[in-house]
This record gives sequence, structure tokens and C-alpha cells, in this order.
Amino acid sequence: MFWTKVKRVIKSGFVSFWRNGYVSLASVLVMTVTLSVIAALIFIGAMLQSTLSGIKEKVDVNVYFVTTAPEDQIFSLENSIKSQPEVASVSYISREQALNNFRGKHSSDQLTLQALDELNDNPLGASLNIKAKDPSQYESIANFVETKASAISPSSSIIDKINYSENKAAIDALNRIIDSSSKIGLILGIFFVLISILITFNTIRLAIYISREEISVMRLVGASNMFIRGPFVTAGLMYGIISALVTLILLYPITFGFGPLTERLGTGLNLFSYYISHLWQISLVIIGAGLFLGTVSSFLAVKKYLKV
Amino acid sequence: MIYFDKVSKIYADNSVALEDVSFNVEPKEFISVVGQSGAGKTTLIKMILAEELPTSGSVFFESTNVHNFRRGEINKYRRRIGTVFQDFRLLPDKTAYENIAFAMEAAGRSEEEIAADVPHVLELVDLGRKIWNFPHQLSGGEKQRVAIARAIVNQPDLIIADEPTGNLDPVNTYDVVQILKKINDLGTTVILTTHNKGVIDSLEKRVITLEHGKIIRDDKSGKYIL
Repeated sequence: MFWTKVKRVIKSGFVSFWRNGYVSLASVLVMTVTLSVIAALIFIGAMLQSTLSGIKEKVDVNVYFVTTAPEDQIFSLENSIKSQPEVASVSYISREQALNNFRGKHSSDQLTLQALDELNDNPLGASLNIKAKDPSQYESIANFVETKASAISPSSSIIDKINYSENKAAIDALNRIIDSSSKIGLILGIFFVLISILITFNTIRLAIYISREEISVMRLVGASNMFIRGPFVTAGLMYGIISALVTLILLYPITFGFGPLTERLGTGLNLFSYYISHLWQISLVIIGAGLFLGTVSSFLAVKKYLKV
Repeated sequence: MIYFDKVSKIYADNSVALEDVSFNVEPKEFISVVGQSGAGKTTLIKMILAEELPTSGSVFFESTNVHNFRRGEINKYRRRIGTVFQDFRLLPDKTAYENIAFAMEAAGRSEEEIAADVPHVLELVDLGRKIWNFPHQLSGGEKQRVAIARAIVNQPDLIIADEPTGNLDPVNTYDVVQILKKINDLGTTVILTTHNKGVIDSLEKRVITLEHGKIIRDDKSGKYIL
């Protein structure tokens, strides 16, 4: 009996979806807009993330050693820095490598190269390039390096300079930008999603408002609440699935068109390849949101007319 | 079968719809309730269907107070009553067949029963040819016949017809009344409200006359007198 009822409810939902073509079309369109807003939010989040991590990549701290600093002391310092949890990576640039880099950079500048050849010794010191997991941690890393270096070599400092203090202002400014842009992005996103959910909810409410007379007739014929509500929830479910599919299909040409543009804008992210590589996750979110919106709004909207 | 015990209904705006109404309906009886618009006929019907709560007094259906039913029980109770209204109240996006099938589905009948009974009952009200028409493709009289078919398909104990002929021409009015009479002859209790004098006079059944919410006359084989 239960399955007969479920079958009837689903069939009735399908039939009324089809027969109320315009109402269904309107609901699907509005819901497609809502789901597109959610998709846009995902993409904007990904672009913001990619842009910010691109900038973070470029921030680092260099520790320059004096030319007389012994390599074993530098290595022991390198190892203790590596063991710090907030450090992402440390790379060692030896004196020879620094010299090679310098020559490469100034390969067209004969005067400088000649001046360098006049010197008997390599004037450049070794250095450590440190990248933190989060830009806000550079200050503590710089402090750590200083105290550690003086512990390793108490008599004479092996460190020539740490360029953190020079970059401090830039790093602080960057921290603030990253922090506020993700906050603003989140607030704006939630705001837009809320508005579009409300619009969807109202559209479905209107669609069911049209049927309020029918609901009262069903009550009088002695239909149970589940039997009245079922077809509306089924139709809501169908609005959700169809708009989710429409949204996902529309995203294909849209991201394809905007992909190269977003990459050129310096986000370091091609929207199209992001969409393709995250297709499963995005589909899951969009279809899930569609199903949730469709069923919950129909369920709540019918409730109002079930009181008779 | 149905017993009204000193039922009064006063709406929120202090208008009195029913005042101290008591009467008894026997099984297999055919009762007409007459009165001018606003006399309280529709309120009386809503009381029986448990759509409205009385301000005081109680309504009994076979010794059960209908206003004490819980939600799930109301559905089962309403399936024992067939209703026909002046405005037909068909489901607009369902065909004649589906409208009747819906009432059977709601009552939990099997697909075989539905497939057998729906054409039969449509034949009974002489609508066999328009089985797949939607309500907007039917005339008033045809719509009312679908509504009657829907009301009787679950073999209810009671048929309530609230001004069923109000929107019909004399020929269709005559047909509808004949169908109701036939249903009553087959053993179903019928409560009919109307203000059609011709209908009442031709029936020669019991007539309850309402005026300003009170019963002013209850005749065994009445005429329409106001």
C-alpha cells in the first residue's frame, strides 16, 4: 500500500509539472538564476583564492649571511628553521650559486661583470630563502632566525641582514588586503545567496498559491496531508533537478568563454579548466542546492493551506 | 446518524450564523435544508464536515463528536461523506477520470478497483463519453455530474449537496436532483441545501427551514415556504 501511494504521489507530481507548463517554466528559470549565483560564488571564491595564493607565493624573507659564515652553521640554522611549523619551505643559495645568479642577471652589463672579475674573491654571501605558510607569520620567523643564529654562533654574528624589516610594510598591507577581501567576499556572497533563495522560495509559494483551492478540495475529499503534499514536493524536486542541470550545462560555454580572460587578468586560474577539474564537486553542490531549495520551499509553502 | 445538539456559531465579527440548532438525521433519510442566503445553511454543512468549530454545542456522527477527531481521523471521516458544491470544486488540471480516481486514491483503493469503478460511475451519471475531458471542456451540468460521480464513488454513508443546482439551468437541475434521488433510493443518506422552490416541491421529502440561524420549521414531507 505504501509503495502504491508513493508511486501515485510521484506520478501525480510529474503530471502536474507537465500540465502547469508555464508555472513550472517560471519556477525553473528563477531557480536557475539562484543556482547560477551560487555557482558564480564558487568561481569567484576560487579566483580570489588563486589570486591571493599567487601573491602569497611572491612574498618571502631572505636571510643573507656574511661571506665568512661557515656552511655547517648555515645548515644547522636551515634545519632548525625547517622544523618550525609555520615555515612552508626553505631553500639554500650558496655563495657560488649567488654569484652565478648575479652573472646571469647582469649578462648584458659588461661593466659590472668586468668589475666583478677584478675582485679576487666572491663578494657575495650565501643566503636562505624562507617561505611561510601564512604571510602574518614572517615576523615571528624573522625573530626566530635572529635568536637561533646568535645561539649557534655566539661570538660573531653570521647574519649580514634579514630583509624582513624592509618588506614589513608591504607584508602588513598585504595581510590586511587578504583578510578584508575574503571577509567582504564571504559577506557579499552570503547576502546574494540569501536574496536568491528568498526569491526562489517566493516563486514556489506563488505557484502553490495558485493551487490553494485545489488543496482545499483535496482536503474535503479526505486526502491525507502526505497525499496532498507529496505531488507538490515532487514537482519542487523536479524544478530543482532541472534547474541544476540547466545551470551546469550553461556553465560549460560561459566558463569556456571567460576562461582565457580570467587567466589573463592575473588570477592564475582558467575558469574553464577549474570547472572541468572540479566538475564533480560543483555538480554535487549545485544539484544538492537545487534539490534542497525545491523540496523545502514546496514543503513549507503547502503547509499554509493544509489547515482546513 | 447525525445529531446536532444545541449548536451555535458566532463568527469573530459577532455575526450569528447558527443559534441553538438541534435536529436529528436518520440513516437513509433525504433532508433538504432551505433558507435565504445568509440563513446559515453553509455554516451548518461546514459543521458536519468538521471544517468549522461550533461556538457552543456539539455535532455527532454515529455517536462520535466530529470536532473531537484528531487530524488523521478527520481524513478517514471525510472519506465516508461525499460532497457536492454549487461551484463544483473539481481539480482543474485533472481530467474527469482523474478527478474521480483521485478520491479513490486518497481513500487507498487499489488500481484494479479504480480502473473498474471510475468508468462505471461516470456511466451512471451519463458522462461515459467525456471521461478524458478536463473540467474547462465541460458544461456546468457536466461538471456537476463529475462532482456527483466523485462524491458517490467511495460508496459513502452520507452525501452532502450544498446548493448543487445553484449554477445550473432547469433541465440540468432536474437531472441532478433525479440522480440524488436515485442515490438515496439505493440507501445513502442525502443532505441537500437549496433555495430552489421547484426542487423542494417536487421531492416531497423532509424539509428543515432556517432563518437567521434558527430552525423555524421542520416538516416530514415539506413544501418550500418562506
